[in-house]
Amino acid sequence: MCGIAALQLRNPSLHPRMGSLLSSMLCQIVDRGPDSAGLAVYNTPGLVSPGTSTLSLLGRDQGMTTADITAGVAALLPFDAAVAVQVVGDTTLVSAAVGTDLLVKAVTETLPAATVIGRGEHVAVMKSVGHPMEIAADHGLEAMAGSQGLSHTRMATESAVTAGGSHPFSVADDLCLVHNGSFSNHATVRRELKREGVVFDSENDTEVGARYVASRLQQGDTLEEALVNLGKVLDGFYTLVVTTADSMAVVRDPIACKPAIIAETDDYVAMASEYRALAALPGIDNARIFEPEPGKVYTWSL
Amino acid sequence: MVTLTAPETLETAAPAEAHAVVDLSGAPVRDLNQALHNAADGQSWTVTNPGGKHSLAVGINADATVTIEGHAGYYAAGMHQKGTVTVTGNAGVGLAENIMSGTVHVKGDASQSAAATGHGGLVVIDGNAGARCGISMKGVDIVVGGNIGHMSAFMAQAGRLVVCGDAGDALGDSIYEARIYVKGTVASLGADCIEKPLKAEHLAELAELLAAAGRTDNPADFKRYGSARNLYHFHVDNSTAY
Amino acid sequence: MTITSLPVPAQAPAAAPANIAELGLRESATFDRATIADIQRAAATGVYDIRGWGAKRKVPHFDDLLFLGASMSRYPLEGYREKCDTDVVLGDRYASNPLHLQTPVTIAGMSFGALSANAKEALGRGASEVGTSTTTGDGGMTPEERGQSKHLVYQYLPSRYGMNPDDLRKADAIEIVLGQGAKPGGGGMLLGQKITERVAGMRTLPVGIDQRSASRHPDWTGPDDLEIKIGELREITDWKTPIYVKIGASRPYYDTALAVKSGADVVVLDGMQGGTAATQQVFIENVGIPTLAAIPQAVQALQELGMHHKVQLIVSGGIRTGADVAKAMALGADAVAIGTAALIALGDNDPRYAAEYSALGSAAGFYDDFQDGRDPAGITTQDPELSSRLDPVAAGKRLANYLRVLTMEAQTIARACGKSHLHNLEPEDLVALTIEASAMARVPLAGTSWIPGVQGSF
Repeated sequence: MCGIAALQLRNPSLHPRMGSLLSSMLCQIVDRGPDSAGLAVYNTPGLVSPGTSTLSLLGRDQGMTTADITAGVAALLPFDAAVAVQVVGDTTLVSAAVGTDLLVKAVTETLPAATVIGRGEHVAVMKSVGHPMEIAADHGLEAMAGSQGLSHTRMATESAVTAGGSHPFSVADDLCLVHNGSFSNHATVRRELKREGVVFDSENDTEVGARYVASRLQQGDTLEEALVNLGKVLDGFYTLVVTTADSMAVVRDPIACKPAIIAETDDYVAMASEYRALAALPGIDNARIFEPEPGKVYTWSL
Repeated sequence: MVTLTAPETLETAAPAEAHAVVDLSGAPVRDLNQALHNAADGQSWTVTNPGGKHSLAVGINADATVTIEGHAGYYAAGMHQKGTVTVTGNAGVGLAENIMSGTVHVKGDASQSAAATGHGGLVVIDGNAGARCGISMKGVDIVVGGNIGHMSAFMAQAGRLVVCGDAGDALGDSIYEARIYVKGTVASLGADCIEKPLKAEHLAELAELLAAAGRTDNPADFKRYGSARNLYHFHVDNSTAY
Repeated sequence: MTITSLPVPAQAPAAAPANIAELGLRESATFDRATIADIQRAAATGVYDIRGWGAKRKVPHFDDLLFLGASMSRYPLEGYREKCDTDVVLGDRYASNPLHLQTPVTIAGMSFGALSANAKEALGRGASEVGTSTTTGDGGMTPEERGQSKHLVYQYLPSRYGMNPDDLRKADAIEIVLGQGAKPGGGGMLLGQKITERVAGMRTLPVGIDQRSASRHPDWTGPDDLEIKIGELREITDWKTPIYVKIGASRPYYDTALAVKSGADVVVLDGMQGGTAATQQVFIENVGIPTLAAIPQAVQALQELGMHHKVQLIVSGGIRTGADVAKAMALGADAVAIGTAALIALGDNDPRYAAEYSALGSAAGFYDDFQDGRDPAGITTQDPELSSRLDPVAAGKRLANYLRVLTMEAQTIARACGKSHLHNLEPEDLVALTIEASAMARVPLAGTSWIPGVQGSF
């Protein structure tokens, strides 16, 4: 039960403004989820860089200095992996010029208690408990450039108010999913995924959606196919936004109670829970604005 | 307090033509609504910088005129009883929910559940309306210039819904005695909703509604939908519809 | 009418032969006589059974709890001299005009439509006489009800039948109904025999139809939207009127927390024994959790949010005696609501109508066909002749008497536990008789420090 704001910038000249635009959208959905918040930003210089993998770890304090983390991770990777560790707000980012699986292995070996909340070449994920605008400020969202951004404010329903339970759920490379609503059969789908070997981090119903999409993508589905399949398997109420390295998708369940509004121009696609989150976007007066129809998957690729 | 750029009118008896401007970039919605609840007949208000805030101009019970310049959030003009509220931009969920009488006019689009459970009055949406437009309507008249979303007029009990564009899926599901007029296509009809003949009395009331909404559409271009009344009583043969 | 109980038999239903044991007959525990009758009824009609009342199955309840009266380690209060207050303030979190009731026993929401006008008036009279509140139902506010009720709670339901801003502003509190204990997740029903001209007019429905109400609100779903909806109702009422949120007990820990986060002043929690005017029997008996199990979960949510007694908790579903009132409060409720018990106090299931209950295929003490509108006691009916049997003044007096007894009984117990106010009862004043009740109520099994699933040992 939450607020969602998502932005895909088609016009590269807008990339420097990604953070400030997303921040202005986030500001308008705070009331919908005052418990906690999460952000995902794509291709943000300074956070991620092409050719390297970046892991987002929950929390600024991992129990070791950044230098020690760097040394520990580097010792487990090839000599030219160029490991870098930085703290951004309440998030620790670990980068290296290796594949994500290898980096995850090295990081979890170095920091066994760490929670990986984001992974990939293009995305950085940031989450925390508290007022969403403070979380955004703490992470410096306003100044971030990027190609896509996703934000979520959470009013926890059946799971705990924790940073780990915040959205987005990022469970495969560059894949992020946020959810407003509640799945009514997530326990069954979770059991089935577990039987297939999928490992879960939380009791959150949204993680089930994210793991399901990841599992379908791994089996060769396109993003659109994965979400169509999700609609066949997961029951309940949902408005979902899913992002990948170069795509964004929006889908609502066939009853479509939870709000979603989309604004589309040649320069961007924006989605939010409420119109007011879109009202400050550039050129909004000439945007094509619509509410996504129930049971339909909308996708946009950069 | 609200920012008044016109004569102070809240506590003292207001002059009949008093006009106030409230800038919501600085003033709380609560003060605006309180002032509107204290309003006298004939007063008019312009609300600037609404910024999609919720519950704007709700519970008005005076013959006042309120113009919201911009976009409104959820429940704009909720439980409206008298006077006219105009939103120049878009309106969020539950526009004019449970309206009793008076007029609410949105020049842009309205989100889902527009005029939900409205008992009377007129709601005009120049643009499109989202899902569940006129859900459980109980006497309100709704005129939508564009399209309406799915499950519109669900359990609609009374009143009239006029759609100049297309209607989404499951139009009029479980409808009671409300009347629906659609000019464009209907994606699908809901349970117990059927097309009905458009007779002279219907053309007349449609013309009246279109005129009230300031529209020039030709009533003869519309189709009428209403209840088949098969679900009015529980019956074993209808078990798949429950 | 196409749904009813089994057709009225020509003669009174045959009693089981007296000499069952002698004959060596064995009744099935699985297919007992009521179950067999249900199957026969379903086969005959093809439609599920709809009835009134609440869950009839036996579930762990307040009867399974006992109070620890004071003796040496604690001191009791004297009965008639030392004060034990019973008043309660409801809705002072945000509302500028909270309710101040003289007794924590309130009257639950029951609609005009489900009940006769005389019954509604009697509820108002009885409640007002003892300084407590009554509640409208799914069908709007009647002038009689408003007139007779000193404190009237106006229900805000998915159907919005008869909902209007004038009545909203006249209400002393607004109760946003998400569900009720008899049917969490289900909408209301009112069958055609009770949709008279007046009821139909109030609900804007055709006369005589079988009405089904929606199960979700038409313009909001979920706590994030509810917060905005509560904001609207506060704006319309200028932040004066307390706003309750009523939930049917199924996941009360989460639902209570979400009601608080959405901005409710009061949470009303209705357990599965709570009554209904007309619901599918399968729903009544199989959905929801017992009141006893629901209270500690709701209280835990309130405590974790630092809101216990700040957002008040009203508990309903199977409250019958002052002991039940005291037990609910000891478990953490601020007040209780009664529905079925109030109807019985008015005259429902009165043995003096035994012959008429029998003619309807029922019996005094068993009658639950509230949906049929043929109530001999004139309560759950819209039939003018039957309704006129209920004298609203006399019935109101009976209800007032009963409410006084509940209050005095609760006071008696509270004094024995050394409390000068009912609010000072606490879970530590209670023990459980059964392991089930102990686990649900989270109080120790009598004579032990053991709470199954929580702590301690034999």
